[in-house]
Amino acid sequence: MKKLILGTAALALTASLAFAQDKTVRMGTEGAYPPYNFINDAGEVDGFEREVGDELCKRAELTCEWVKNDWDSIIPNLVSGNYDTIIAGMSITDERDEVIDFTQDYFPPTASAYVGSAEGLDVATAVVAAQTATIQAGYIAESGATLVEFATPEETVAAVRNGEADAVFADRDYLAPLVEESAGALMFVGPDVPLGGGVGMGLRESDGELRDKFDAAITSMKGDGSLNALLVKWFGEGTPTY
Amino acid sequence: MFSYCTDPDTLGTFGWFSCYLTTGVHMSFYIAFFKVLLLLAVTAPVALGFGFIGAMAARGRIAPVRWLGKTYIALVRGVPDIAFFLFFVIALDQAFEYMRHKVLCPDWDQPIRQGSDFIVCQSAKLPLGNAPQWIHETYGFSLAVITFAIVFGAFAANVLFGAMRAVPHAQLETAEAYGMSHRQTFWRVMVPQMWVYALPGLSNLWMVLIKATPLLFLLGIEDIVYWARELGGTKTPKFTAYPHGDWRMWYFLFLLVFYLAFTRVSEVALERLMVKLTHGQATSGGEAQRKAAT
Repeated sequence: MKKLILGTAALALTASLAFAQDKTVRMGTEGAYPPYNFINDAGEVDGFEREVGDELCKRAELTCEWVKNDWDSIIPNLVSGNYDTIIAGMSITDERDEVIDFTQDYFPPTASAYVGSAEGLDVATAVVAAQTATIQAGYIAESGATLVEFATPEETVAAVRNGEADAVFADRDYLAPLVEESAGALMFVGPDVPLGGGVGMGLRESDGELRDKFDAAITSMKGDGSLNALLVKWFGEGTPTY
Repeated sequence: MFSYCTDPDTLGTFGWFSCYLTTGVHMSFYIAFFKVLLLLAVTAPVALGFGFIGAMAARGRIAPVRWLGKTYIALVRGVPDIAFFLFFVIALDQAFEYMRHKVLCPDWDQPIRQGSDFIVCQSAKLPLGNAPQWIHETYGFSLAVITFAIVFGAFAANVLFGAMRAVPHAQLETAEAYGMSHRQTFWRVMVPQMWVYALPGLSNLWMVLIKATPLLFLLGIEDIVYWARELGGTKTPKFTAYPHGDWRMWYFLFLLVFYLAFTRVSEVALERLMVKLTHGQATSGGEAQRKAAT
């Protein structure tokens, strides 16, 4: 055992000497929530957050690498150090802020919306699908409607299509392209609900230095309008900008 | 992949599918099949090794060794797989990093646990933070093999423990009467004869192991079930050149066929192995073979 540890130690020492200067920042994302993040045809992470993240890394002069992780375990894997940031359309909330830290928002507070398969649904008493551990799921649980939770956004929409739920409650920007494509099978029902404090990058609470770097980069992107350009590119003309 | 794939909207059905099924994401899907097969190929022998050691320990003559073996079997068999996978892998990973941290960064003065954060120095990270993604994936894969081996090793240990006791006692007594030592009796008489009793249990385990591979995704490895879910999901034209509706059913149907074919092949192979092992044994199967031969 001792030999084993010493062996790995020697290996690690040589490795760390070689790259001591450049630390790679690993960016954790879900890859299943277009337009925020998704896997493109080539099998790479793509979307609004991919472009924002790459630009932020360039401005902060960091080497970044993209990593996919299930939404369910995205926070535990951050705090145990498997990657260094969460950039996955995660809204800034007080509950999450107790466990991890957030940068300032790079996406303004947005509306969440209900999508159902028929008009005239009373969303206050309906069966509503939402993704587990999202602010939308929390909202539905408190609203008095019956909440059914799913692990992925795809499954929440599928639940409405096959009648398991009356409506799905999610970010309006995620639902909009699906409604547009459904040829009338899906439609927005009920009022939009403004939720959350905007979307920010999640970091470990002990990682203050990295947070400051990303914060500064976000400020600079807001300042020169490049963030707004990306918002319009991915979310269309009407989207709220800075 | 093909040159005509630049504008998929204009293609006929066959052309469209030939392009669709060869995109980068689909390649990842196909590679995931090899990952699963590789995992099985590596895990099965390692788990059998764990099982053998566990069974030997459980019937050891030294009390603490026996306790250790029995505790291993009882503990791992009693804990739900999914809890084991979620807890154990993170704990194992942190244990490795903790050891490396102690060795590599002796002058580190901050606590390792800060609230919910687990922090070790940069050079103690496993794999190193700046390692390429494939090293991270290989590391995750190794953790998966170890975890699978420990879980299935416990079940295998229980099967082998029973099989060792099922070897007719007269055989062992005869061996002793011939003056064989305890060790010789074990290796020359018991072990060669126990497999015929162990095989039904072990083949069950193998089947369960085949179907347990989707647990891989809990360990952050993108296995075939993950990709089937991801690829089958609704795709809107805004984000892909190959939009389609909810095709998860077809992808899962394909997985169903894959798993069924795989278990069928295993069944045939295990059947043959059973015939081979039965040969010359003092069991009803062995007796039947002897009669058929004469």
